[in-house]
Amino acid sequence: MKYFFKNRLALIGFIFITIILAFALFAPKIATHNPAAIDTKSILSGPSNSHILGTDTLGRDIFSRIVYGSRISLSIGFIAVGISVGIGIFFGSIAGYYGGKIDSIIMRFIDICLCFPTFFLILAVIALVEPSIFNIMAIIGLTSWMGIARLIRAEILTLKERDFISASRIMGARGSWIILRHLIPNAIGPVLVSATLGMGGAILIESSLSFLGIGVQPPTPSWGNILMDGKSTLGVAWWLTVFPGIFILLTVLAYNLLGEALRDLLEPRIVANERIESK
Amino acid sequence: MAIVECRDIIKYFSVQRGYLKKGAGVVKALDGVSLEIEEGETFGLVGESGCGKTTLGKILLGIISPDSGEVLLKTKEKQAIFQDPYSSLDPKMKVRDIISEGLILKKGSKTRLLERIEKVLDVVRLPKGSLNKYPHQFSGGERQRIAIARAVVTEPEFIVCDEPVSNLDVTIQLQILKLLKEIQEKFRITYLFISHDLRVIKFMCDRVAVMKDGKIVENRGSKEIFTGPVHPYTKLLLSSIPRIF
Repeated sequence: MKYFFKNRLALIGFIFITIILAFALFAPKIATHNPAAIDTKSILSGPSNSHILGTDTLGRDIFSRIVYGSRISLSIGFIAVGISVGIGIFFGSIAGYYGGKIDSIIMRFIDICLCFPTFFLILAVIALVEPSIFNIMAIIGLTSWMGIARLIRAEILTLKERDFISASRIMGARGSWIILRHLIPNAIGPVLVSATLGMGGAILIESSLSFLGIGVQPPTPSWGNILMDGKSTLGVAWWLTVFPGIFILLTVLAYNLLGEALRDLLEPRIVANERIESK
Repeated sequence: MAIVECRDIIKYFSVQRGYLKKGAGVVKALDGVSLEIEEGETFGLVGESGCGKTTLGKILLGIISPDSGEVLLKTKEKQAIFQDPYSSLDPKMKVRDIISEGLILKKGSKTRLLERIEKVLDVVRLPKGSLNKYPHQFSGGERQRIAIARAVVTEPEFIVCDEPVSNLDVTIQLQILKLLKEIQEKFRITYLFISHDLRVIKFMCDRVAVMKDGKIVENRGSKEIFTGPVHPYTKLLLSSIPRIF
């Protein structure tokens, strides 16, 4: 925690994500209007006192839509990354710990998965299933676990040679016990970094999908589909695209800053220095 | 009566030089090793680095299997104390969990967990407040005491001590060695004591086996080895003990 106050950028990232999180949690209180309320009198009006970020082609309040959209964007980030971390840890730890043929099979499978361009794979899958929010989360998660699996495998390959693993085996521990009690807790650091960075990535993918019209379906607001709504009126109503764009940009940036900070924090050398300082 | 016995243990490791040249050579880590360890004694295993001492210890503990030969262990209660106290304790676990792991894994010993942990903490002379700390909050010697506590708490009959003091300061070495002796008397434990340091071996062991290149070249009582070595390699080892005065 102390580290965040030393690192300004990380602190900014942290604060921004907290704000967005507050948007998502308290959306009904923060939003100034009903995000679905159509107001035919104020179509495409620019930022003003009554609509601080302007209105769209149906007269809906952009600020309120962005606030509600943060629910979608954040939950897609969390759940998609949660799914990919779960799958990644499962395959990565099994491959790393058991080694041999199991390792070869899992790693070749990962190589195959990595051969598909992720975004086009998602497009193809979306063409087959209904693009509900849950399906989008699941698809993003299912197509982005390979990096995490490799990461955790590499960590476990070095960890499993340590003596405390031998000690555990001598005391009669089975593979599952060793993986869950010893290996994953020790290998989780880099995964947390990767997961934080991945949340930014997942939000971007969701926005891209929604922008292409195959992501979150209107009238549910998501940052991507607010952006798409604004595309046709870009020439006359800049606020329709600029504001959701800024939110996407800043959120992804904030996640990246936070991820970088976590990486620095978890780097063993720097952690050691911190400890000496705190003593 | 022998509590541990092994016959003609052979273990080769193949050395791979890159992906394309497979099986470029083998290292004969153990090349026909036989020994017997009597109940209650400290059996020393000495030799240069890479002669197969640690491999033999791991085979006796059953965490690696030999290519051929047989191991007879008359007890299931086995434990190990390792060389590097920085790698032998899980850095993400509290001392309480490190010590209790063996008890939780052992069937039927989950009762009175805390009481047993506190008792063993007393044996290795660590304060009660250690239980909620993490390994990195301790010095090397204290960590080794935690490792000993973890080994002793399951009431083992056979402990493999793999260079337990070679990473410690000389003053702490003696404390740990004395502690190991004390524990042995208290709980009647058999030790296999692996070391490259002959002074430590002389201090600890009843019998000593000298290993070189995966073979035991001399296996006799500790006194006999130190007063009248027979094999030329043993003589070489003894002559290489540094004498300060």
